[in-house]
Formats: sequence, C-alpha cells, structure tokens
Amino acid sequence: MHDLYAFVSGPLVWVAFIIFFGGSIYRLVSMAILAKKKDGVVFEYFNFKYALRSIFHWIIPFASTNWRLHPWMTIVTFAFHIGLIFTPVFLFAHIILIKESWDISWWAMPDGLADILTLVVIASCVFFFVRRQVLPEVKYLTSTSDYVILVLVALPFITGFWTYHQWPESTFMGILHILSGEVMLAVIPFTKLSHMLFFPITRGYMGSEFGGVRQAKDW
Amino acid sequence: MTESAEKIKKQFIDKGIEKGVEELTPEKIEKTINKILKSETGARFKAYVETCVHCGLCSEGCHYYLSHDKDPAFSPAGKVKQTIWEIVKTKGKVSPEFIKQACEIAFTECNLCKRCAMYCPFGIDVAYLMLTMRRICHMLGVVPQYICDTAHSHASTMNQMWVKDDEWIDSLIWQEEEAREEIPDLRIPLEKEGADIFYSVIGPEPKFRAQLIYQAAVIMNVAGADWTMPATPGWDNSDMCMFIGENEMMGRLKKSHFEAAMRLKVKRIVMGECGHAFRSVYDMGNRWLGWKMPPIPVIHALEFYHELLTQGKIKVAKKFDKAVTFHDPCNVVRGRGLHEMGREVTRAFTNELIEMHPNREQNLCCCAGGGVINCGPPFKMKRIDGDRIKAEQLFNAKSRGASTIIAPCHNCHGGLEDIVHHYGLGMDIKFLGDIIYECMEKPGASEG
Amino acid sequence: MVDLDAWDWEVDKRMIADLRQWKEQFEHIEEPCVSPDGEKIAAVVQSGEMEFSVCENGTVWESPFDKVWYLRYTPDGRLVGLVSDTGTWTVAVDGEAWEETYDFVWNTQFSEDGKNITVAAQSGMEYFAVTNGTPWENKFSFMTNLAISRDGNHSAASVQTISISEGDIWSFRKGCFSVAVDGEPWDTNFVNVWEMDISADGRHVAAEVRTTIYDFTIAVDGKTWPETFQAVWKPKFSPVTTSVTASVRKNGVWVLMRDGRQIWDRSFVQLWHHVYNADGTKIAAIVAPKYGRWTMALDGVPWSLTFGDLVTDAVISADGRRVGCVGKENGVYFIAVDGIRWNDTFDMAWKPVFSSDSAYVAAKVEKNGRYFLALNGKFLGHGFKSLWDPVFSPDGKKLLVRGIEDGPDKEQYHRKVIKVSDILG
Repeated sequence: MHDLYAFVSGPLVWVAFIIFFGGSIYRLVSMAILAKKKDGVVFEYFNFKYALRSIFHWIIPFASTNWRLHPWMTIVTFAFHIGLIFTPVFLFAHIILIKESWDISWWAMPDGLADILTLVVIASCVFFFVRRQVLPEVKYLTSTSDYVILVLVALPFITGFWTYHQWPESTFMGILHILSGEVMLAVIPFTKLSHMLFFPITRGYMGSEFGGVRQAKDW
Repeated sequence: MTESAEKIKKQFIDKGIEKGVEELTPEKIEKTINKILKSETGARFKAYVETCVHCGLCSEGCHYYLSHDKDPAFSPAGKVKQTIWEIVKTKGKVSPEFIKQACEIAFTECNLCKRCAMYCPFGIDVAYLMLTMRRICHMLGVVPQYICDTAHSHASTMNQMWVKDDEWIDSLIWQEEEAREEIPDLRIPLEKEGADIFYSVIGPEPKFRAQLIYQAAVIMNVAGADWTMPATPGWDNSDMCMFIGENEMMGRLKKSHFEAAMRLKVKRIVMGECGHAFRSVYDMGNRWLGWKMPPIPVIHALEFYHELLTQGKIKVAKKFDKAVTFHDPCNVVRGRGLHEMGREVTRAFTNELIEMHPNREQNLCCCAGGGVINCGPPFKMKRIDGDRIKAEQLFNAKSRGASTIIAPCHNCHGGLEDIVHHYGLGMDIKFLGDIIYECMEKPGASEG
Repeated sequence: MVDLDAWDWEVDKRMIADLRQWKEQFEHIEEPCVSPDGEKIAAVVQSGEMEFSVCENGTVWESPFDKVWYLRYTPDGRLVGLVSDTGTWTVAVDGEAWEETYDFVWNTQFSEDGKNITVAAQSGMEYFAVTNGTPWENKFSFMTNLAISRDGNHSAASVQTISISEGDIWSFRKGCFSVAVDGEPWDTNFVNVWEMDISADGRHVAAEVRTTIYDFTIAVDGKTWPETFQAVWKPKFSPVTTSVTASVRKNGVWVLMRDGRQIWDRSFVQLWHHVYNADGTKIAAIVAPKYGRWTMALDGVPWSLTFGDLVTDAVISADGRRVGCVGKENGVYFIAVDGIRWNDTFDMAWKPVFSSDSAYVAAKVEKNGRYFLALNGKFLGHGFKSLWDPVFSPDGKKLLVRGIEDGPDKEQYHRKVIKVSDILG
C-alpha cells in the first residue's frame, strides 16, 4: 500500500501533469496548425475585442439570454465549474504537498469552504446525471461516454471528501483520490473535457464573426 | 432515429432526393464523404464536433424544436447527431438510406439562421455543420429537386429564375415606362458607368414582383440618387448554390455580381430587401473568391432607407395607418445588425410599432430561409409545421394590436405568408419599401 | 485597329458642344458619350412626350424613337444606339435604323476597327446574334455570353441545344448547352458553357465549360482539355498563336495553364483576368497571393505591393515591360504601376492607359465628385464635370483629353490635345 501510495503521489503526478499540459499544448497547437492550413478564416476574422465581449457574456451567470432561460442549469453549471477549478487549486492539503515538494505556496481556502465546494461539485454531477436521464433533448444527445466522463469528474471529489473525513478505508480512498485526480487531469485534452481548452476559441471565433463582421450580439 | 423523424420520412417525397439516392452505393458514399471531410473541412469542423458536450442547451435556439413540442430530433445538436456525428463516427460508412435522411434534415429541417449559435455556450456553428452536410449531399448528387433546379438556373443564366438576358432588360424598360406614368422624368438608368449606386435585386423580382423594381426606382428618383442597373448578367444577387453547397457556382455568381458593379465603376452596391443574398455577397461568396470583405461596399435596403431618411432625401408625407410589427430577418439582423435602422425607418413611416417577442437578434426564423422554401412544394407543410412557434409569436403581436408585419426579406415574406395563411392569422405582410413607397413625399409625381 | 494618325493631333483646345444649350432645348438629356477621337459628343434626349432621339454635336437624329438606349460610339466614331419603334427593336447607326427589326436587341459589340457591329437578338422567343443586320441562320431557345472576334467577322455564344422543361434536373445534367460559332453549334454538349474567347485569326473558339456538375475545364473548338478542375475562369487565346491560357482551380488553389499544362510555377488564392502583351510573350494577371490581399503578377511573379479591398482593370503595356492596375485599400482607390502605388488617393480610378512606347501611363480618376487626369503618378489639378479615358498619340508624346468643363454659367464639352512634356515639365 505504501509503495502504491508513493507511486501514485510521486511519478504518476508527474505523468499526469505532463500529459495534461503536453496534451493540452498539443491539442491547441495542432488545432491552430490545422486552422492555418484549412480554415484560414478563423485567423482572418478573429478579433480579440469581440471575442472577449462574447466570452464575458458567457462566463458571467445570466449574462446571456440562454443562461437566463435556464436558471437552474446556469446556477449549477457555474457553481460546478467554480468548485471544479478552485477546490483543487486552493485546497490547503494540496498546497501543503506542493510546499513540501517545492517550497512554494499560495492562499488556501478554509477547509469548510472546500467541503462545501466539494459537495457542490458532487451534487452538480448528480444534477447533470439526472438531467441527462430526464430531459429528452439532453438524453437524445447523451452517449455512454458522457456518463463515464461524469464519473471521472465526480470521483476525485467523492474520494477526496471521503479521505479528508477519515471515513473507513481512507488510505485506500486516498490512493484512489490521487489516482482518479490524475486520470481526470490526463484525459482532459483527449475527451469532451477538452471543451475547457476550446471554449475560448470557439466562443471567441463566433463572437468575432458576430461582432466584427455581422455587427450583432451573440448572447 | 426517433419516431417523429420516421413520420416525416414517410410524409415527404422529393424526386431529386429519391432518384439521387438510387444512384448511390456504399462505396461511393464512403469515398465522397471522406474526400470532403479530408480536403474541405479542418479545425472548425473538428472543434465543433469535439467540443460539443451534449448539453442540449442549443435546443431552445431552434424554431423547429420549439414548434415540434420540443422533439429532441429537431434540436440543433439533435440534427447534427443524425447527420455529421454519424458520418464522423462511421468514417463515412453509411447507407444510401442514411444519406436520404441526412439530406432531408440538412436541407429542410434547418434554415441556417444561426440563432442556435447564440444559444450554444460554445458558439458552435450548427449552420456551418449543416452546410457541410449539404455539401456532401451535393457531391453525392442528392439534392431536393426544386432547389437543385434553381441552382441549375443560377449556373446557366447567372440568375435564380431562368430569366433570359433580354427578359431582364425588357422588364426594367417596362418598369421604367410604368413608373413614368407616375413620375414623368423617372429613369431606370441602364449601364450608367460611374454612377454612385449599383442597384441589384434577386431573380424573382423581374419575374414575379416587378412592382418592387418600380418602387425602388421611385424611391431612387425621389431621393435624387445617382444609380444604375446592369444590362448584363450579374444583376441578380441571390444565390441558391450557396445553400446546396455548390461553392464553386456560388463563387462564379458572386464574381459575376461584383464584376458587373466594378465594370460600371460604382462606389457601392445597394440591394433590395433580400436576406440570403446579403449573406451571399457579404460573408460567403466573397470569401470563397478570396475577398475578405465585399470588394465594393454592399448596402442592404434597410441601411439605405435609413440613410435616405436621416439625410432627408426621402420625407414622410403621411403615416401608415395600421399598427405594424417588425420581423427581423436572420441574414441582415444576426447577419448585419440592421435591426435598429429598420425600426427607425419603420417608426418614421408608421403610427405604431408593436414589437413581437422575442425580437432583434433573438427573433424566431420565418422557416423559409436557408434555401428551405426553395426546396419547393414537397416540403411546404414541413415549413409550416416547423414554425408553429412563429405563428404563436405573430399571434401574440396581433393580440396587442399589430395587423401588418413588416418583413424586409423575400424569403421571410414567402415563409410568413404561408404561416399567416395556414394558421389563419389574418395579418398583412409588407416590405419596408412598400410602406415607404406608399407614405413618402413624391415631388414631381403627376396628379392622381 | 483604328488609324490614330488620321486624328487631329494639333496641340489645341476646341469647344465641341455647349451642353447648356442642349439642356434648354430638350426636356431631358441622359448621360453623354463621346467619340474615340473626341470630335463628337452625343446623348439620348427626350424630344417629346414618350419620344426619344439622339443629339450629336447639337444636331438631332432625324427620326425619333419610342426608346433609345445603350448609346455608344464605335472605335471608328460611328454612333450606335439600340432603338425601338412600335414595339420592335433594332440598331440605329448614326440615326439610320437597320432595316431588320427584332423583338429585342442588346449587348452591342464592335470589332476593333469599328466596321462590324454585332448584337444579341431575340425574335419569337428564339435567340441569335446579328452582325451589321445579318442574323445567324440558326436560332436557339437560349443564348448568352456573346463574344466576337477582333475583326468582328465571327461571333460565338453559349446556346442551349437541347430544350428541357423547368425542373428537369436530370436532363440538365446530361448536358444541354454548347457553343454556337457564327450560329453553328459545336457537336459536343456540356452541362454549362460560360465565357469564351475567339482566336486572333477568328478561326478558333475556347470556352469555360463544365462536363458534369462537378467537373470544369476548357473546351477549344468543342474538344476539352484532358484534365478537369474544381473551377475555371475565362480562357484567352494568345494574340499571335492559337494556344489557349486559362486560370483553373486545383486542390483549392488557382494556377495558370496553357493548353492544359501549368505554366506559372506557383499557385494563388485567386488568379483571374490575365492579359497578354501585343506579341503574346508576356502575361499579367490579377492575383491574390494570400487570402484577402490582391495584386498583379507578371509572368507568375506577384508584386510585393498588395491591396486589401480589390484589384481591377489589369493592363499590360504593348511591349510587355510594364503592368498597371486599379487597386483599392480601406475604401480608397489607387493607381498602381509596376508594383508602385501612386501617391494620390481617389474616390474612383479607371483603367490606366499606356503610351505605345510604354514610357507614359495616364488614367482618369475621380475625387470629390470631380474628374481628373493623372499621368505618370502626377495628379493634374484641373477638374472636369465629366471626363473620358485619355488617349495617347501614336508617337506617345501627346495626350487627347476629352472632358466637360463647367462653371456657374457654362457646361461645355472640349476636345484638347496637350503635350505630355508640358504636363510633366
């Protein structure tokens, strides 16, 4: 068990981060090269002002018409994404590990807040799961991989919560937590989770076409 | 395939699609799909397909979805699932029967209105994906008969309606003569090199709606515009080739149009109240030819009327006496942001403008654009059923007093006429030019 | 060609017509046109209630018409209009209508020497070309893209050879169009036939065709090039041989081909309107070396100067040494010659004109609603109400200026010959 812990918390972390960063860079660069070769228009019409104008209307809750049309989805999706990104980055336990390794640290959120955000992420995953099951327009589009991804995202949070609260088998859960976190990180560039990488580009491009060429709003 | 899609398949028979599919083999399909995907699609296609997280948030963007009791098969992503996702997943190994379904979806269940691009958080351009599907269908020879015939007309005559070179000129001379009865010194100046404005219209105007040319001539003459129209092909700004994915012919049409204007040394092109033609000259055809923006500025009628009004070149003689509502056409509102200009002109010439909801960029589509009405009678009911939500939107405006719909786009006109008639809305539909012509001051007009 | 030596090249300025008098005389005057040698000015005038005529140098054509349009001068200075009387149409030359009448005539074209006049005509819903009053023997249900040879002795057009009913997309795809040369259709039918060119000797015709709805190529005398392409633009014959050049789209980019073989070693995002010099040894074309940037290329080498909006009016000097064009950037027009943009910006610019020795280049330009001449990059400040393209004398030392000068109490058309050296100083 100890060896396994050492492995997942040592070399595998490196592997996960290398795959995540390397993969992300690869995806973005290869997409840019492909765009240069086959979709010159993307560069020709991309306009940072209008790209940002559009992006801002979509990363602020209720700033777009569609967010206002779906208040529950909006609240959950924003809470989920905030929890998903902020919890691991500002978690005291994570920062301690990094301080021990490299002697760098930053602000940590109170554990109570981390707990809440973790539960928010888990609950959001349940919400998304139910949504995929219940709403016909979502169910129609859903494939198995969408559920798999939901599980992949929920798992580090469930196991992390479990470990933190020292519930039974917490050592095993700790290993599972690290492992699932690494898996999630590593698959981001190569699955639907890559929407994280491409959101600014697809939204920004549409914003550029709407703002710069069509002189209309796109939110 | 869902049940609803099955029903539609039985209901609508189009000879262009049927006969096209008969010629297909799985090998030909696979080869063609892969050729197009490999040589003509790139980062946009890949990003749109891979980024979609299947959230379904685009659904409310689509009038077909809203009109079909939220049937998911009619949601934007739902349509992509039934077409593009499948050919990507199978690497082109799909059956002729699949192509038939995909053709019908891409051509008659999407107006390419891009409203869903404002509903998808990622800005995924479903219209682009549907156009890619149409392109594949075109390359496979599976295209609805009516719009295919229109594309053939474009290719043969450079206009949409098989209008022959002499018929075009003759109809202009005829309209000039007619209009001289009203304004004795009126001219429709043909081939006037160095004029300020090149006025272009769509094929149906000389063929069926010559009064629009008459009205435009009156407005131009009253406004003292220095304008001309060509006596050669290139007069028609419309483009159904764009909508069947026949990009090569789209390019030829736009070249012919822009070069007619360049030959006449005009400063700008002013075009009539047509939406899709604006899209074709403004950000589709020009791009295929390598012009980043139109080489000569293209001014849509709404913008032109606004200019004439604000510069005092046309004046209001009387207000239109019925309450109106303003329908925002996708291609000049989401496509060019002309909604406020259109409203300013409308307010100037009418007593009351009652907004329909939603409006402006959010307006619901007429269900005729994107080449759907051009797919002809076989799909007429599909259009009407597919836009029940529009009827509700219009009825709501009517219940608040609006009796006339201003629709500054030919396709919108056609689509809304069918909707108004079918759903018994009892509303008039007018071009903004109709109202300006009726209500403007006409100095120099003969009495009576 | 017209004998320019026969024109009056005395350095002089003469008033040809006082247009204010015309305006007093007629209810309405349309935009005037002037003869190539500048000696005559004419316009369609309204001579009575629904009655039109033509006024040339103050003299009105003897008989009026119900309608006159497309008034143009032939290169040899004859005045040609398309006229109608009692519902039929024909061509009137210097006021004399052709004896034959038609249901409609349009698309007037002149031979280089001006001796031959060809129009497209329609009678009884049949289409044909008419040269000097003589129609093609064969008539067609549809005709467009009329072209004539340099000497005007031959004419060709896209014609429909097989009638199809509207909506018959299947017959259409089998090929129902061809090229009729002097009224005789080629043996081969195509899905479509577009623009065409007739060889200098008048014996060959090359046309843009598509053989299926997907395959485009060039057909010469009915025979297609071996290869098909994604798209093609108008072919051109060499001015001295029978070889044919055309730009074609392959793999999404454009290349220039001669008789089916690529001649320039590079491709372009766009390549069109190629022009030959007099002996056919040099070719220039409008090209887009990259998306949204336009310029001229001479023998495949593009200028480094590019324009964002457009490039038009490509011209190559007779000796092939110099190339000019009109370019537009950010909404303003420029004249560019040999890769150098002239300093002044214009609201509009016309095709530059080279002197025969290519030492000088002149152009008509527009600024603030007035028209001016520009010569070798120098903008001449004298503005006109109307102006026509400048013409160099055969020795290239003088310039014929044809323009309307106006003031508070005058509007006069002048013919002026000036020394180029006087302008350039």
